[in-house]
Amino acid sequence: MSNKTITFKILRQDGPNQPSYWETFVIPYLPNSNVISCLMDIQKNPINSEGKKVRPVVWECNCLEEVCGTCTMVINGKTRQSCSALIDKLMQPITLQPLSKFPVVRDLAVDRSRMFEALKRVKAWVPMDGYHDLGPGDKILPDHQGVAYKLSECMTCGCCVEACPQYSRDNNFLGAAAISQARLFNMHPTGKLIANERLDSLMDDGGIAACGNAQNCVEVCPKSIPLTESIAEMGRQSSKRFWKTLFQI
Amino acid sequence: MTKQRAIVVGGGLAGLAATMKIAEQGMSVLLVSFLPVKRSHSVCAQGGINGAVNIKGEGDSPEIHFYDTVKGGDFLGHQPLCKDMCYHAPFIIYLLDRMGVPFNRTPEGNLDFRRFGGTLHHRTAFSGATTGQQLLYALDEQVRRYEVEGLVEKIEWHEYLGAVQDDDGKCVGAVIQNLRTGDIRAERGDAVILATGGPGVVYGRSTNSVVCTGTATTSAYLQGAKFGNGEFIQIHPTAVPGRDKLRLMSESARGEGGRVWVPRKANDQRDPKEIPAEERLYFLEEKYPRFGNLVPRDVGAREIYDICVNQGLGVHGDMKVYLDLTHHSREFLDRRLGGILEIYEKFTGVDPREEPMEIFPAVHYSMGGIWTDYTRTADGFIDHQSPRNQMTSIEGLYAAGEADYQYHGANRLGANSLLSCIYTGLMMGPGVVNYIKNQKESATDLPSSLFDKAQQQWQEKFTGIKQMKGKENPYKLHAELSETMMSNVLIVRDNARLAATVEKIEEYDERWKDVECVDTSDWTNPVPSFVNQLYNMIQLSKVIAKGALLRDEFRGAHYKPEFEIKQPSDFKPESFLEYTKLKAEGGLKQDSFKPDHLEYMRLYGESNEKWLKSSIATFNGKGPDISYEAVDTSLIQPRPRKYD
Repeated sequence: MSNKTITFKILRQDGPNQPSYWETFVIPYLPNSNVISCLMDIQKNPINSEGKKVRPVVWECNCLEEVCGTCTMVINGKTRQSCSALIDKLMQPITLQPLSKFPVVRDLAVDRSRMFEALKRVKAWVPMDGYHDLGPGDKILPDHQGVAYKLSECMTCGCCVEACPQYSRDNNFLGAAAISQARLFNMHPTGKLIANERLDSLMDDGGIAACGNAQNCVEVCPKSIPLTESIAEMGRQSSKRFWKTLFQI
Repeated sequence: MTKQRAIVVGGGLAGLAATMKIAEQGMSVLLVSFLPVKRSHSVCAQGGINGAVNIKGEGDSPEIHFYDTVKGGDFLGHQPLCKDMCYHAPFIIYLLDRMGVPFNRTPEGNLDFRRFGGTLHHRTAFSGATTGQQLLYALDEQVRRYEVEGLVEKIEWHEYLGAVQDDDGKCVGAVIQNLRTGDIRAERGDAVILATGGPGVVYGRSTNSVVCTGTATTSAYLQGAKFGNGEFIQIHPTAVPGRDKLRLMSESARGEGGRVWVPRKANDQRDPKEIPAEERLYFLEEKYPRFGNLVPRDVGAREIYDICVNQGLGVHGDMKVYLDLTHHSREFLDRRLGGILEIYEKFTGVDPREEPMEIFPAVHYSMGGIWTDYTRTADGFIDHQSPRNQMTSIEGLYAAGEADYQYHGANRLGANSLLSCIYTGLMMGPGVVNYIKNQKESATDLPSSLFDKAQQQWQEKFTGIKQMKGKENPYKLHAELSETMMSNVLIVRDNARLAATVEKIEEYDERWKDVECVDTSDWTNPVPSFVNQLYNMIQLSKVIAKGALLRDEFRGAHYKPEFEIKQPSDFKPESFLEYTKLKAEGGLKQDSFKPDHLEYMRLYGESNEKWLKSSIATFNGKGPDISYEAVDTSLIQPRPRKYD
């Protein structure tokens, strides 16, 4: 690209319950830029396209290498991490919007607490006797590890639920990420000791039944986690539990 | 007594390990974190965690791990702590395994181990190439369990500003700021643990995350805590250049057989795959036949610097070399290194399974940090019940993980950081609980005037920051500071330039007063926080630069060519043990060793006499005073390092 400048259209909002507004920034083009390096440039010189000095844009980021999940936003209409959004691969003007499924904190920063609460609901942990020396864990075969590792790469970034038609700000759907974590812990040798508790929460209101099978989640997952497979698997486990409980077997 | 609790600041591996261990003993914890803890910088650790489990039957043992660690750190590590850590490492790996970390497995289903720098053994347990992320998640899950049980209260989007101290200087709480509302409040805590990581952002672009400004530890230093070994900054040999960040390319790439090379001909413009083997210079393998590409990081970074700067052989004339994995199958690479190769591909657009990667050295880790104490046992281990363990020079204030300073000496070995973070968090737990239980009075019962005062001081400071209407954009000033640090306090250090840097930082300190707080709004405004962080980064830069200026030797990551004592190529490090023994017995003769060996050992011994000490910075109201403290080297006698 031979553009000398990069144009951003950013959907800004001064705080929760405040009106949102678009602001345009035009900044000099530098090679190897990504959305975050550009936001940093704006921070150093916060002047909008009308030449007016404005407050620097607020966004969240941390690792800048797509493992922490912090910097998710909607870029040119697509939900993704802004650190790995390379300018050379984006059409201009580049639009930046906050995730729509979560309350906006300010500008591009949103509150994803709901996703972490969902992890509590599905008891996404291995129960343990203590943190003292109790020797090694169970033997686990490489294939099993391969499946677990993939699921364990979920960074709670919010892409899957942003793209999900069933997940909305006024319902309590757990979302694909949490369902997939329930699968991860239900397959662990000691994690499965509380498998039924996880299944019960998945069978509760806002659980697995709320999934509409749109399959958008798996399309947008930046870590290519087989989310629909996880949902199907947890659906199977839940049905099994349902029938078992019904007939008390 | 009213209910007591610990405050843990930082939700990375060290903070979470401490939280878990303290909660396990029934003690309440207030966990304060800048971000949701699951997003902490520990996620960036890639390659693995060390522990001498000897799964490959190579005769590995915790004692050899201990030796490698101490030697890797050029003997500046505190040996009882290093020893205790290495002996606990296998147990820590088993613990993580029980917690559900999806470690890679052998065909039999055992934990798999790979090689890493500075050792000849397969000692690194790993979970693909995102081990830090996997460990952090496992600890996060355990802490979430305690949260549900009510023992842990977690407050995220809060930044630690400073310690609350009683009239005797004892730490009885922490002043924290809500990063959304901007509100500043003092929280009562019977002990406060800083597990706030390293200060890579001082250098602007590094392999560190955005939150790694070192602000919390610097705040402790500004409140009077001693700061140790600040000048020892690890430069990782292999990172991927970027405008916003220098992304790490894990040492595990070399652990799995990755080879570092440059074309033998300067500025060779050919496609690297077109260059035949005999026209490639595998400079690490050539110079270090035993350790090859897996020399420790300080050695690797220096050699790359030498090849690119002194010999002018960098790829396309730049400060870059090839890191080549293309001799492995895609399937092998995806299984063992998938995460990092995806990152490389995503950010550069080049597939490292098909093309050699272009990499260069970048600031990565701080071996230094807040000074902390410990209690050793007679046999050289640590008394885990001691409240002194990990306590800073401010009573009741503790530090753990990268924030502390004693484990890695002058250079950290790869895959020892995840270990030291989790080890310190777990190890200190019982001592912290003992300390809290031994208090005559709970922090909750102390007069509120103490906390009101601390809170008010910080509120006034931030009111002042918000009123700053000077000419300097804080982000630009930071860019200048980091440029200065990057150009002058990096791999190769020189006294004239360091002296100029120390002066330059004083200028930044002055210019900071003329900063404009470019956003003065009240809601979720990161600017006042950044202005405060910038102030602390300037103060910490002084510690790093002055420490480097004063230390006239070459040790680990601190390389001053002027003071390098050239080791004869046929020298064996064990000779030095014999030399000291003979010298002590009065039996050293002119012909006991070859003359050049004798001269080398004399100089090495003298230099150690003077410099094998921790540098300790204390804040004098304007900048650091530097003094030196002895290091416990009673378990392994220091000797010259050799890796070829």
